[in-house]
Amino acid sequence: MSTVESGTAAAATASEKGQRIEHEGILDVRDLKAYFKLRDGDVKAVDGVSFLLEHGKSLGLAGESGCGKTTAALAILKLLPENGRIVSGEVLFDGKNLAKRTEYGMSKIRWKDISIIFQGAMNALNPVQPVGKQIAEPIILHEGLSENKAMVRARELFDLVGINPKRVTEFPHEMSGGMRQRAMIAMALACNPKLIIGDEPTTALDVMVQAQILELIERLRHELNLSFILISHDLSVMAETCDTGVIMYAGKVVEAGTTTQIFNSAAHPYTKQLIRAFPNIHERREMVSSIAGDPPNLLNPPPGCRFFPRCSEGEPACTETEQEMVELDPGHFARCWKVA
Amino acid sequence: MDDYTPAAPVVEKEKVRSGSIGRKDLARASASDGILYDIRGLEVFFPVRETFFKAMVSTEKRWVRAVDSVSLTIFAGEILALVGESGCGKTTTGRTILGLEKQTGGQIIYKGLEVGRFTPGAIRDYRRHCQIIFQDPYNAINPKHTIFDIVSEPLVVNHLVSNERDKEERVIRALEEAGLRPARDYLYRYPHELSGGQRQRVCIAGAIVLEPDMIVADEPVASLDVSIRNDILKLMVAHKKELGVTYLFITHDLSLAWVISDRIAVMYLGKIVEIGETEEVVSNPKHPYTKALISVIPVPDPTAKRERTILSGETPNPAAIPSGCRFHPRCPERIDICSEQSPVDVQIRGTHYAACLRLNGQSSS
Repeated sequence: MSTVESGTAAAATASEKGQRIEHEGILDVRDLKAYFKLRDGDVKAVDGVSFLLEHGKSLGLAGESGCGKTTAALAILKLLPENGRIVSGEVLFDGKNLAKRTEYGMSKIRWKDISIIFQGAMNALNPVQPVGKQIAEPIILHEGLSENKAMVRARELFDLVGINPKRVTEFPHEMSGGMRQRAMIAMALACNPKLIIGDEPTTALDVMVQAQILELIERLRHELNLSFILISHDLSVMAETCDTGVIMYAGKVVEAGTTTQIFNSAAHPYTKQLIRAFPNIHERREMVSSIAGDPPNLLNPPPGCRFFPRCSEGEPACTETEQEMVELDPGHFARCWKVA
Repeated sequence: MDDYTPAAPVVEKEKVRSGSIGRKDLARASASDGILYDIRGLEVFFPVRETFFKAMVSTEKRWVRAVDSVSLTIFAGEILALVGESGCGKTTTGRTILGLEKQTGGQIIYKGLEVGRFTPGAIRDYRRHCQIIFQDPYNAINPKHTIFDIVSEPLVVNHLVSNERDKEERVIRALEEAGLRPARDYLYRYPHELSGGQRQRVCIAGAIVLEPDMIVADEPVASLDVSIRNDILKLMVAHKKELGVTYLFITHDLSLAWVISDRIAVMYLGKIVEIGETEEVVSNPKHPYTKALISVIPVPDPTAKRERTILSGETPNPAAIPSGCRFHPRCPERIDICSEQSPVDVQIRGTHYAACLRLNGQSSS
């Protein structure tokens, strides 16, 4: 695990006692940059991402694959792989800057305060351990409960997510895809976190199971007063479940606002084209459009607007300067000089 | 099912030849009345593997009824979407049509000839006429072969090319039809040099290089990004229009089926519960399962407030099928007789059929 700063456990405790940072909402990400080191240079997977999540709200982080949405989530939890690191920026959570925390300091926060539902529940569970035991593990670790008491809690969690509590002793292969995803959610809830990050929680599932899982997340969010970050490539899912949305392209946020602002008055050409790529079965039937070209190589991103090579509304001026976020309405931002 | 009402004009019994069918018969056959496939009461059962003890004690063999008397007509040059949840038998249906799975009952009639009676030589020729595109383009192609090898292999094994120049020309044409332009740039590349969308195009090129009548596309876009997904869908529509290829588009996503298909067949637990013209099925769904499937499709519009019918549970085990209507344990509209009687297809309008007991009283035509 690479971090901005590495320190000892003692240093972490000192910083924990340190000054509380004032910030809005539950999670305030400011100008976060996370790069991956390759032989040829740095891949700027997340390059200056900022967003704010209010208490008890849900935020959607969307974009094509490779836009940096999963890297952003991993960077928040400091779970980046060996060659990844946070270069700069702040992740303010509950008065603490997570970007500056040590590995030990993070281990106190992961699962206790922030938990994550990983992409592909099929592979995220340990195949040689009963599911209940895997759920009990963080409870034993963080809350110091005995194994028996933790198993009782695991049963309660199973009930909460709609699986028969008797099934805690089963192994992942004895469960269907939807049920494993429910078990993953139960695991994420194990230590009563304040914030849950769902990384494509429904991607590998059928439409009906997807609807069940999204309904479950929605219900739990209200019952337990959770804040939620949904990472998805599916804008329709984001439109249905999130209060606010952040659209990412090539490591940068291109548009942010409430979901109504994003979908009903999309400003950035990328957002507009991406929305048109999803069919709306309740409207007139038409061929879905696609965005020509591929996202840029993040080793050497193009100068100026990163979307310019694929943009239908682009002008030569777009390549000259770095685009800034423009506020269109209160809370609605887009990174395009043409919309200002 | 004896009481099946065909959803389209069926080839009369006498047109179907008896006895074995050889290569010459296949070469002469043509899609009469525009019907490419006429599938009647198709059954594909898989035996349940029991423990030794159970197998000794139990008197009857248990079967997984993956496809249970499915009757379906596929017209030449259409895109027919087969929609359903995982485990409903849609993939098995597609594979059985291609002969990749053995049918345990029913008939598959291709251009008036019954596939079950084909001689080995005819089967080889038949496979040339119907191809498949798999879901995962990462595992479907050999990583050690160049694109040229991958796309030309079907031509070589079928002895369809006489010389190298001819081979190269046909491979280039197939790659260009699959949207890899300029094709020469791709010929000697390896799969790892291509993106997921490009790999799927290579799979498509490998299928169309044989100039097939039909392609079974088994979730061809499930593992692709949105933008690439739409490109592949457009390509399928273009092939249908320009090359006259028939597509059996297998998907769990009804909204994608709605975008490109001409007709939709909704499958549940081994049976087709509703079939009809795409617009008709989506705007006027009659089976509660179809209604529920349509209601849960997410749409890119946060202001759209609509009733969602979320069915509880998942598709039941096809080894233990519920009595009566197989959908009744999950059906939001079930009535008492649903657990006793099996529904039959009821004509709604034109070629739109649905199998629900509640429709029986309403339509007597």
